[in-house]
Amino acid sequence: MYALVDCNNFYVSCERVFRPDLRDKPVLVLSNNDGCVVALSNECKQLGIHRGVPLYQIQDMIKQHDIAVFSSNYTLYGDMSNRVMQLLTDMSPDIEIYSIDEAFLDLSGFDLIDLESYGRQLSRVVVKSTGIAVGIGVAPTKTLAKIAGRFAKKYPGYKGTCVIDNDEKRLKALKLTDISDVWGIGRRNVTKLKALGIMTAYDLTLRSKSWIQSKLTIVGVRLWLELKGTPCIEREDSRARKSICTSRSFGEMVSTYDELAESVAYFASRGASKLRKQHSVASMITVFIYTNRFREDLPQYTTSQSLKLSSPVSDSVQIVEAALQALRMIFREGYLYKKSGVILQNISSDEAIQLSLFNKKDTKKLNKISQVMDEINRKNGDDTVHLAVQQMDRNNNTANEQAVKWRLKEDYKSARFTTNLKEIIQVNAK
Amino acid sequence: MGCKKSKYMSIEIHKIDQSTLLPIPFADEGIRAGFPSPAQDYMQLAIDLNQELIHNPASTFYGRVVGDSMIDAQIYEGDLLVIDKSLEPRDGDLAVCFLDGEFTLKYIDIDDEVIWLRPANNHFKPIKVTPDNEFIVWGIVTYTIKKRR
Repeated sequence: MYALVDCNNFYVSCERVFRPDLRDKPVLVLSNNDGCVVALSNECKQLGIHRGVPLYQIQDMIKQHDIAVFSSNYTLYGDMSNRVMQLLTDMSPDIEIYSIDEAFLDLSGFDLIDLESYGRQLSRVVVKSTGIAVGIGVAPTKTLAKIAGRFAKKYPGYKGTCVIDNDEKRLKALKLTDISDVWGIGRRNVTKLKALGIMTAYDLTLRSKSWIQSKLTIVGVRLWLELKGTPCIEREDSRARKSICTSRSFGEMVSTYDELAESVAYFASRGASKLRKQHSVASMITVFIYTNRFREDLPQYTTSQSLKLSSPVSDSVQIVEAALQALRMIFREGYLYKKSGVILQNISSDEAIQLSLFNKKDTKKLNKISQVMDEINRKNGDDTVHLAVQQMDRNNNTANEQAVKWRLKEDYKSARFTTNLKEIIQVNAK
Repeated sequence: MGCKKSKYMSIEIHKIDQSTLLPIPFADEGIRAGFPSPAQDYMQLAIDLNQELIHNPASTFYGRVVGDSMIDAQIYEGDLLVIDKSLEPRDGDLAVCFLDGEFTLKYIDIDDEVIWLRPANNHFKPIKVTPDNEFIVWGIVTYTIKKRR
């Protein structure tokens, strides 16, 4: 079974965490350069605004309805996303972070638990800890989990979690899902399929495999199988993965550090090779260890440790070393461990270093400079390379500011509440 | 909070981060220097405040105190608050609340149907909160940090 955890209106939710006064008010978030609407609250949707609308077109409406407008604050959203993903990682055995606000949880081995209450627990913890509400869909395949997730969000009766765990529920869900809402079917294919009389996801499953193959190719066949309940979308696809998790349950429980270290070292080096395979480097590593939660007669210990690596790496030596360091920090005697895993995160392309303008020979210095620049760009949310320090400092209004045409326009930006000590919330003792 | 490399390289200080920095033990293990350190088998990691004070990094946020309604609790303007949103509010907690459109720092006294927001300064009055008020407890303060020097 897979769970899809999807944050509700993520950018808007992030802004509202630090502005609780905007909870029931219309809020919208603008794209880069304050061009158009990239996220909007339900109140704005009710006013007829939708994503993609240029800002200048709705200025009157903004004044009239007192709409709160924000420039995108990716530094904030990225950090809030990390928090949500960290919580999900702690509460599930295998997470695949799909986007800034979505993650798939592989729940194989969770057959005996009540999936609905597990989902509710997940969302309760996430909203309590971060203020971000999520919708959760649970189903035998990722494509179905996405469909379940939509229902969870749309119908309050599900209380945030929708589980598809039998054929009756699956068929019902497929019949109520428009073909355009199926994950993986693009606009052109939707038009094509609708012209052929396929209106719902259910209609699609009625066709034969060969028909699907001819109209939608092998990708469509995978989708078709998934809709019918057969998982076949692998984690390893051509896309570079945003996080790489390698973990396995043990055939027999393990109690010594040495045995656990062996498994962790193995998973770390497997993960490192996957990282190199996709030409990436990682700068954060998480190690987790679990006792057997079904053996209630035994003492339980479930924990994880994240470490930030001082520079992004992909070589096995440094990654294994870091993984073992993390393990040493959390290992406790006296427990019977059932599972361990290593997650490589903060993944970026290793090409970023190679494409530099600088002399390739001095890679040490290069790495250093890239590191600093990456760090600065990360803080400012910009991808633009900055040439002078003043232009990166938002508080220094230099004379050049107006002249620099490529500098991002961001008039409505909220503060970097979680990543910059100068921009944290003010709490009144007045 | 510091990341110290061996004494043969310059010391780099990294900023506080959610995830714990990989702390490198202070004394080099002697690979470069060529002598086996007697401390080699006894090395522990340097004290890391992130590790010790922040139990739930995903739910921990920071705030800056403005004003003096809490001075009797030795909390002054400019102090740093470490706030955990995941904790259930308990009677007597120091809490960051959101009331009437702003974040406010108060002790919370929880009765059956009423919450009292208590300041720590004689010049300020306690505030009574009922279900009719627009009020939330945003997070519980776990540590207050005051800079001395």
